[in-house]
Amino acid sequence: SWSWDRTSWQTYATNLSAFPAAQSEHLQQKMSENGALPLRGKVLTLDTMNANVKKVDYAVRGPIVQRAVQIEKELKEGVKKPFEEVIKANIGDAHAMGQRPITFFRQVMALCTYPQLLDDNKFPEDAKNRARRILQSCGGNSIGAYTTSQGIDCVRHDVANYIQRRDGGIPSDPDNIYLTTGASDGIVTILKLLTTGEGRTRTGVMISIPQYPLYSASIAELGAVQINYYLNEEKCWSLDISELQRSLQAAREHCNPCVLCIINPGNPTGQVQSRQCIEDVIRFAAKENLFLMADEVYQDNVYAEGCAFHSFKKVLFEMGPEYSSKVELASFHSTSKCYMGECGFRGGYMEVMNMDPEVKAQLTKLVSVRLCPPAPGQALMDLVVNSPQPGEPSYQTFMKERTAVLSALAEKAKLTEEILNTVPGISCNPVQGAMYSFPRITLPERSINEAKAKGQAPDMFYCMKLLEETGICLVPGSGFGQREGTYHFRMTILPPTDKLKIMLNKLKEFHQKFTQQYS
Amino acid sequence: MLARKCVRALDYNCNLYYLFLYQKHYNENVFLTLISSAGRLDGKMREKTLTMDTLNPQVKAVEYAVRGPIVIKAGEIERYLEEGGTKPFSEVIKANIGDAHAMGQQPITFLRQVVALCTFPELMDSPSFPEDAKWRARRILQGCGGHSLGSYSASPGVECIRKDIAAYIEQRDEGVPSDWENIYLTTGASDGIMTILRLLVSGKDSSRTGVMIPIPQYPLYSAAISEMDAVQVNYYLDEDNCWALDINELHRAHQAAKQHCQPRVICIINPGNPTGQVQSKKCIEEVLHFAYEENLFVMSDEVYQDNVYAPDCQFHSFKKVLYEMGPEYFSSVELVSFHSTSKGYTGECGFRGGYMEVINMDPEVKAQLVKLLSVRLCPPLAGQAAMDVIVNPPQPEEHTFKQFHQEKSSVLGALAEKAKLTEQILNAVPGIKCNPVQGAMYAFPRIFIPPKAVEEAKALGMQPDMLYCLRLLEETGICVVPGSGFGQKDRTYHFRMTILPSIEKLNVLLGKVRDFHIRFLKEYSGLE
Repeated sequence: SWSWDRTSWQTYATNLSAFPAAQSEHLQQKMSENGALPLRGKVLTLDTMNANVKKVDYAVRGPIVQRAVQIEKELKEGVKKPFEEVIKANIGDAHAMGQRPITFFRQVMALCTYPQLLDDNKFPEDAKNRARRILQSCGGNSIGAYTTSQGIDCVRHDVANYIQRRDGGIPSDPDNIYLTTGASDGIVTILKLLTTGEGRTRTGVMISIPQYPLYSASIAELGAVQINYYLNEEKCWSLDISELQRSLQAAREHCNPCVLCIINPGNPTGQVQSRQCIEDVIRFAAKENLFLMADEVYQDNVYAEGCAFHSFKKVLFEMGPEYSSKVELASFHSTSKCYMGECGFRGGYMEVMNMDPEVKAQLTKLVSVRLCPPAPGQALMDLVVNSPQPGEPSYQTFMKERTAVLSALAEKAKLTEEILNTVPGISCNPVQGAMYSFPRITLPERSINEAKAKGQAPDMFYCMKLLEETGICLVPGSGFGQREGTYHFRMTILPPTDKLKIMLNKLKEFHQKFTQQYS
Repeated sequence: MLARKCVRALDYNCNLYYLFLYQKHYNENVFLTLISSAGRLDGKMREKTLTMDTLNPQVKAVEYAVRGPIVIKAGEIERYLEEGGTKPFSEVIKANIGDAHAMGQQPITFLRQVVALCTFPELMDSPSFPEDAKWRARRILQGCGGHSLGSYSASPGVECIRKDIAAYIEQRDEGVPSDWENIYLTTGASDGIMTILRLLVSGKDSSRTGVMIPIPQYPLYSAAISEMDAVQVNYYLDEDNCWALDINELHRAHQAAKQHCQPRVICIINPGNPTGQVQSKKCIEEVLHFAYEENLFVMSDEVYQDNVYAPDCQFHSFKKVLYEMGPEYFSSVELVSFHSTSKGYTGECGFRGGYMEVINMDPEVKAQLVKLLSVRLCPPLAGQAAMDVIVNPPQPEEHTFKQFHQEKSSVLGALAEKAKLTEQILNAVPGIKCNPVQGAMYAFPRIFIPPKAVEEAKALGMQPDMLYCLRLLEETGICVVPGSGFGQKDRTYHFRMTILPSIEKLNVLLGKVRDFHIRFLKEYSGLE
């Protein structure tokens, strides 16, 4: 924001004199009639703005991150700090943490962007073939044309084939696939369709606690009712059907619960759901007539032995037609996570199953207002679902790069859990999947009181201090939700192993110091 | 087969239009399921959670004609032709949407070079890329986390791109200051417009936010207003005066709306979409003065700022005019202006790039805006990079300038020629009257529809110009959007067509429109 200080006034006056015809006659007349015009109030203020927007909270980019950015600037300007750099472990942004893009993907993207490169013999044939195929289904063979609102036809076909392969042959219909602007966009769109009613009939949305705050933020923005079900921290953040039942029952008193959101593998909690658990959830949704939203953006990020990713779709179909023909399910995927970490392209898709055909037409209409998801993101999504195959020239490099990323992540997941669990007052569940650890921290009573006196959540107080003293940027557990009286933080496992080690050790030191200071 | 027959019978009936969509989307089984849920067949199925009855009613109310029924029909015909079907034409010409590349316009080489370099930085070593492109790419990458286009950017956008945009605006507006912290990158202009409207919509009943929009309008506005359940306040552009905005009409619309809502926003599209007019400086002053007096938040959609063709017209930004009106205005009127990579001479729609500049916004509200944007993380980086090239194009002293300049002028020169051509040919057709296409990318001619055709349309439950456009599509393969999708004065009919096809194609297209129109008139005037 800028205000009218003296310099601005002078600049203004100087610049204004450059425009001799500045003020038209009738305006000058108007102003002299009224004398100076009174300063009018703003149209848009905190009091007059959309109240739902005010309620939105998104901790992953909240105050702590804003402070981190500020500190980065201060460091650049030469301000002395007890550290040299800010480590942003607040967000699952792999490339920002130094992960390299998958070469093949970027080759194809460059070819799509600048097709003159199709004549360049430095690019492998399989990359060229894919680029040609994508461009052929773009208007005017250009990635600069709008695509159909649902997404490029051949990309949707490739997505459907991928899902079919992933799920051991269970059919997937390209008509059920919608490309999206990152998974977030798809999730918000589906929630938008579902939100209706007033007062006690208002749509209730069941979300896990802890949750990824996109959910709470969208629920607030849409004015839906948030229904919390708590994951079981003692049992490695697993989902408990009796807890679902409890929270649903309680919610029925004041709203109309009709959606159940699941994040698997879990964000921020890193658990991977067992097949049995998914089956139970589906049975529950069927019984209670709930629309299921399965956020599966971490489907390739499973590290723990004995864990495997099971898609909701596959389990649903294996449960037989009684379920597979009736439970309404939307599942979400994205280019931002897994081994590619291409967040900036905002690519993603959703698959909708058993959606009422009339509603599907409404969905298509709704997404058409925004015209289309970014075409480069769609192209990238295509590569993720149609990656190099054995026998193709790029296969080996691709596999090498993919495996390197995923095994490094597995190693870092283990490392994080191990080091954190050696700190008295920190206890960390195994990071079975996804990209985060969400350890529980014990905070001394005195620090809790001091935080409360400052009007801060105790774990926000903790994370702020950690940031100021070590440069490590984490997100307090309160931003994701947690059982009352418990405190956590979320940190990504993305920094390179050596950096991660340094970071974890700094964290360890800080925690010990903090505990001492406030005991 | 049954399904297909049902569908045919329902064809052209707008009320049941979604039924005919099923032909495209669903197999017979699904169709039968539908019928069963309507109670015609024995229904054992569990009730769906999400049905037309339980769907968010605001979503139901949304309409977006630019990709509406006529375009879906065009897609079907295209597929039919591809599969070897025969029609009285060999291809569908989609003149429904401002999608330059789809109509054969070539990308600006320099822009694509920079984005390709950002995408695959290994190309920095390639001698076939010019240095000016390389340094721009390097600079953009330096502003990205991990020097990768694959990282999230800050939610308002990459900092150096925001700075380039502010510098561009300052230069465009001949020195009027622009603060880079007022710049927010967006996912196309649509995203920015929706976000700002979202902030503004509040209140209940007679205090509900009213949004003043021109009629005819670009239907993103009406769609967004429906989605957010705000109140649409129409002000009519003056067709007899080349679609000019009349300040008395603004007063009338505002007065009338105050009875049932609280008008708080005025939206202006300049150059106009679908109407192609370019606002005079005096008119902009009047609008801003009106907004000042009536305490309205101004949203100026300026995505066609480079698309001005008429020799006596010039683009004036709302920001610059506001500044020139003096500090009383410039320090108080809340203004957001929008721009995009999709139009101009680049036509890069697929990248979904855009920005908005926010002026005089309450600092607390600005913090709320940043928070709201952060939930969606960031606009696509490739789109941000494309936006950067547009605001930071090659300069005369750079090697690439000549080629860049030549490509740019050739696109804009062709558009100006096509604007003129379209107006001239359409005005030669009896029963079609077309205002000059001063700017933007569309003609929005008025068409005379004989009373018999109007009656027939009504009997089918559709708008007369929808009937006209569907017939045009079926008989010629030309896809244009009926005026009713944009709004028009009662009992007037129009269509919107883009001027984007190549000159040869446009000539053929306009000839076909002329022949069709004459045939249509004859048929419905009983002269056939």
